[in-house]
Amino acid sequence: MADDRKPAKPPGFETLAIHAGSAPDPSTGARNVPIYQSNSYVFDDVDHAASLFNLQTFGYIYTRIGNPTVSALEEKVAALENGRAGVATSTGHAAQMLAMYILMEPGANFISSTNLYGGSVTQFTHTFAKFGWNCKFVDPGEPENFRDAIDENTKAIFLELLANPGGVIVDLEPVADIAREAGIPLIVDNTTASPYLAQPFDWGADIIIHSMTKFLGGHGNAMGGIVVESGRFDWAQNDKFPSLTQPDPAYHGLTFYETFGDFGFSTKGRAVALRDLGPTLAPMNAYLILTGIETLPLRMERHVQNAQAVAEYLEAHPAVAWVSYAGLKSSPYRELAKKYLPKGPGSLFTFGLKGGYEAGTSLVESVELISHLANLGDTKTLIIHPASTTHRQLTEEQRIAAGAGPDVVRISVGLETIDDIIADLDQALDHAMAKAAE
Amino acid sequence: MEALYYPDWQIRRILRDTNTIAMVGASTNWNRPSYFAMKYLQEKGFRVIPVNPRAEGEILLGETVYASLKDIPEPIEMVDIFQRSDRVPPVVDEALEIGAKIIWMQLTVRHDEAAQKAEAAGLTVIMDRCPKIEFGRLSGELGWSGINTRVITSRRSKQIRTH
Repeated sequence: MADDRKPAKPPGFETLAIHAGSAPDPSTGARNVPIYQSNSYVFDDVDHAASLFNLQTFGYIYTRIGNPTVSALEEKVAALENGRAGVATSTGHAAQMLAMYILMEPGANFISSTNLYGGSVTQFTHTFAKFGWNCKFVDPGEPENFRDAIDENTKAIFLELLANPGGVIVDLEPVADIAREAGIPLIVDNTTASPYLAQPFDWGADIIIHSMTKFLGGHGNAMGGIVVESGRFDWAQNDKFPSLTQPDPAYHGLTFYETFGDFGFSTKGRAVALRDLGPTLAPMNAYLILTGIETLPLRMERHVQNAQAVAEYLEAHPAVAWVSYAGLKSSPYRELAKKYLPKGPGSLFTFGLKGGYEAGTSLVESVELISHLANLGDTKTLIIHPASTTHRQLTEEQRIAAGAGPDVVRISVGLETIDDIIADLDQALDHAMAKAAE
Repeated sequence: MEALYYPDWQIRRILRDTNTIAMVGASTNWNRPSYFAMKYLQEKGFRVIPVNPRAEGEILLGETVYASLKDIPEPIEMVDIFQRSDRVPPVVDEALEIGAKIIWMQLTVRHDEAAQKAEAAGLTVIMDRCPKIEFGRLSGELGWSGINTRVITSRRSKQIRTH
């Protein structure tokens, strides 16, 4: 018998992955979320249009700021992260820009972990500097480094929980405490873990970012990003976030946090940042990612299982110098993995060959089944040499700090038959060893 | 304080069956939250009568503003309170006097003693919620803005009111 005095048990992750945000279409009864390939939406009358433009009523105006296929995806990811609301963007990079646009002012700064995707290091260092937003990088291995870097102009802490290119896990909880004490939000990029493996809001994160291009979509067929807010951060606790707590001249003097409360950050992201910066997710891409997410739990289980097998195979191989996968007994991150990623530390990791740079590049050129390309989180197993590609724009020092030194090879273990993945690595390693012996 | 919980069916029934709402603390300023809520509820077919002593006699969204609940010359089913929590008790007393059936306190507004008094008199009390947000959540409209409604359904219609 259901008890009305307390909340019912919330649906499980698998149920949410399939159903959250994806109720039948009210006008047609379509059971799957349709692709609403429409730029605009008719108004009932002038007053209705005015209400929509004033944000006084809920509804669609123009696909740049909202679309029914995209919003189904936004609600689904917000539900999977147990957050309050989400704003989707064209890519993960756009999601980072959108989040920072809400928080930052010219002359302000944020603190970031050094262990990031190389493209994010470049975005934070060079492109954001053109907006007057400064990023201070710290080694996340010692959480106090974040505290030491905070000053009166610091607006946020940013980190990747399971850091790209692989193997490194940041101890989230103490960093969340530092952010809370400083009155600034902790932003966690949860792309490489996915919400199935890690739930950063449970550990004190305030904002989660995804490149949905990766495991969420999961099939290497659509770009997308998203910013999810927990709804628990008090933006009015200090004067650091005027764009949320002061009347907005870009919106007729509306005060977003006061008016929209626990989804004020997302409303600002949609009504101002998406409107004025324009990095909208295409409905077709939202549809592909929605379809991908329905099988996220099944895929992640197999990704982790295959990654563990590949990591163990590589660690035992005579040509391999080291393997950095938090599922291995040799990993210094094994305990953090058990805490933050109890279902497994993902399927993206790095390893180095005894033959160094030459052997690494030879390996990635010798694979036949595994794909040599710049992406991760596909059904297909992917391999890359970060120093010459994803982390190429970084200095040598930055590359080493990011875990992308000259000998590093990154692998994103896919869903092919495990014996076939290992057989391909086996022949490619033989080839790399033979070439090194020449 | 004990966490507040109201089952969806209860909120849905209030929003379905209520027609006349007095909004205490309705602002005449278009970019204030109470104005947003009033306009939205009107669009959904509710009659919303604004109460605000500083705007007495003015016309707000087509309705005359009254100084107090007792000045409203017609029956009120629900009183929606847009006031600081410490100002709730006298509003609840007035709501009891005029025979309202439901007292609804807005997000962040909560007064447990006043609520107990109203409930003892047979009224239904909702605290720390917004009827606009709840309407949007249960009808699915909130999801149009990427907000997590926490509503999972395989049914086609989430319609709350027919008007």
